[in-house]
Amino acid sequence: MFHFRLDTSSGVPPYLQLVQQVQQAVLLGFLQPGDRLPLIREVVESLAINPNTVAKAYRQLEQGDLVTGRPGHGTFVNDTLPAAVPPATYTSLRHGLQTWLRRAYAAGLDDHAIAALFSSVHHQTKTKTKRKTA
Amino acid sequence: MRAQPALRTRNVGKRYREAWALRDCTLELPPGRVSALVGPNGAGKTTLLRLSVGLLTPTVGSVEVFGESPTTNSVRALSRIGFLAQDHPLYRQFTVADLLRFGRSCNVRFDHELAARRLTQLGISLDARAGALSGGQQSQVALALALAKRPNLLVLDEPMSSLDPLARQEFQQTLMGAVADGELTVLFSSHAVHELERVCDHLVVINHGQVVLSGDIDSLLAEHRLLVGPRIETDPRGSRSVVEVKHSDRHSTLLVRQGAAAIMPGWQANPVGLEELVLAYLRRPVDLEAGSHKEPA
Repeated sequence: MFHFRLDTSSGVPPYLQLVQQVQQAVLLGFLQPGDRLPLIREVVESLAINPNTVAKAYRQLEQGDLVTGRPGHGTFVNDTLPAAVPPATYTSLRHGLQTWLRRAYAAGLDDHAIAALFSSVHHQTKTKTKRKTA
Repeated sequence: MRAQPALRTRNVGKRYREAWALRDCTLELPPGRVSALVGPNGAGKTTLLRLSVGLLTPTVGSVEVFGESPTTNSVRALSRIGFLAQDHPLYRQFTVADLLRFGRSCNVRFDHELAARRLTQLGISLDARAGALSGGQQSQVALALALAKRPNLLVLDEPMSSLDPLARQEFQQTLMGAVADGELTVLFSSHAVHELERVCDHLVVINHGQVVLSGDIDSLLAEHRLLVGPRIETDPRGSRSVVEVKHSDRHSTLLVRQGAAAIMPGWQANPVGLEELVLAYLRRPVDLEAGSHKEPA
């Protein structure tokens, strides 16, 4: 059974943390098509979290076509998923980002500057890549 | 169709002798939600909670729980409301079994089985005297009694303030489990803003007897932004959307509502955390003249 975590000091809203954990697990292949997510009641009991928050996360995952809720049975991972990224690739991307962040801090950038730089480069790159693939 | 609010107050004021403990309080709690009531000591939290359950009558304005006044003393209205006072008071000489029997004889609805099962699961003996239980266990007994009524609105006054971290978590598990079982709206007061996001989805902030912020937590966070930019000399506080302004030597930080507002060049918009948001609203000076029930001089 899939286990959720909750980091209340991360600043990320709890429902979004749950959404991201499922997205990441699917991406890494830890969750596979047909797998059942824990029942809302089970998540509530294990994390002492508000059931409305869990329901909101599951709704969002359904809207993103990542999972399907079957009343009375549970919520299941869909089989029309994008190909999972191999964990090694994911780890290497993560490592690259860490290296970059360390360089940015060493260069004296603060969190605001890093966030600003990231969002501007992200925006530019995304626009260019989309134009290329179009 | 909009669901009927679990709790609705309209322009409620409560005066003790000369002083208004609560003034012009208008709010609605949506059903099925878990709401936190936050504010400094003396802000009027306990007064608002006691008004909600019918233990106090408003001096002005009206209080409705699922459309009915809780002070009419109708059995139907009161059987839908559960209340857990501060420090979860229990009859100390009673055994847990005595307390359950007492609860059953005093309520039209009382799920004795549910309470006994839950307490047994937690390892609390029904033969134990209430006074001999630990603080965490006493809070669980009090919560089990309140939930056994199967209330539709459960109001708790600082239920976790005296509990150690493990007992807090167990208390939250029981409470959230009850919400998951359905048909339950929760309102509780708390000082622990940092742990509210885990258990609450709705927030009411009061200060100096007035509601200063209220709404769905995710929506409130989405509506607010911290704008950081070069120091501004003008005072933008006149604008209703600016909640707080802070200046450093070269830059200014503005907390604004309506995050979608146009951002000046050179400015960064950052999301704001719940604790930061609550504190900013509590630091805001309250316009004490604004209440409509001010006594003529």
